[in-house]
Amino acid sequence: MSLNRTVREKLVRALAVAVIEHADELTSLDQAIGDGDHGLNMKRGFEAVLATLPALADKSMPDMLKAIGMTLVMKVGGASGPLVGTFFMELGKALPEEPARADLVAATDKAIGAVKARGRSEAGQKTLLDVLVPVQAIFAAGGDATAIATGAAEAAERTTPMLATRGRASFLGERSIGHMDPGSRSASLLIGAAVATLEFEAGS
Amino acid sequence: MSNSSSGNVGIVIVSHSAKIAEGAADMVRQMVGNAVPLAWTGGDPEGGLGTNVAGILEAIEIAWSPAGVAILVDLGGAETNSEMAVEMVPEDRRARVVVCNAPVVEGAVIAATESSGGSSLTAVQRSAEEFYA
Repeated sequence: MSLNRTVREKLVRALAVAVIEHADELTSLDQAIGDGDHGLNMKRGFEAVLATLPALADKSMPDMLKAIGMTLVMKVGGASGPLVGTFFMELGKALPEEPARADLVAATDKAIGAVKARGRSEAGQKTLLDVLVPVQAIFAAGGDATAIATGAAEAAERTTPMLATRGRASFLGERSIGHMDPGSRSASLLIGAAVATLEFEAGS
Repeated sequence: MSNSSSGNVGIVIVSHSAKIAEGAADMVRQMVGNAVPLAWTGGDPEGGLGTNVAGILEAIEIAWSPAGVAILVDLGGAETNSEMAVEMVPEDRRARVVVCNAPVVEGAVIAATESSGGSSLTAVQRSAEEFYA
């Protein structure tokens, strides 16, 4: 897996485009069971990330991820800022400059642990963890890019019948059932964009 | 935003709504005058409803006191963003900034009243958290 400058810049653009192009969809999901700002917030954050190119891609992969995380923390504005930002920051902290797949698996595991701590949450509460945790299992088991992207999309779909017990949607109680979690949807979009760029092959 | 110079524990009010944050700050001032360092922040980076880490960090700076700062928050994102902001406070100050588990308006007034009597950060936090527990 090459993480040269070209790949790094391509990765940043792919992540940003995935969020920005789906901003309206994320907003309407959030209007159904939240405060309706998820699309706008994430779009603002990733536009701010894009604005730091091309210098951003000059950084090493770990430093680039930390910088993306910090920008998201400062610019997104909702709870998603600290949650998604923490994921990128911790991933950057845990990753060596030229990671093998096993390093990446270990780093994403740490980053997911940090998101759990930040949100004081676990999988099963209708949050982005309901995508991150099952996708991590597929990744750790050696899944390729297609398996990971498909797994992420399916995990987001599986949040639809779930009862929200964390986040703004939990205020709705049983009325949160029947709508996809917006944070899970944005997480699956980001994961899909990342694996399509990095072209993971199957392996452990 | 507002400030005063005193050695008392500072109070920061964080709401999704700038109007609520400012209004709660007005209520605090009515109760304690300028005896307590006070700052408020509300809204996302573009001025819509929401909370943001940069605004919270700025408010902590304005309300800073050697006795510490107690932050009062409203809904979830305000708490998550405040906790993130606390972690970004310089290390020598970090242990003296706390997020209170209390209603934002009532908690701010109670915490400020406790602070105005010269109480410690722990006592200020406890008074806000216990009053409505």
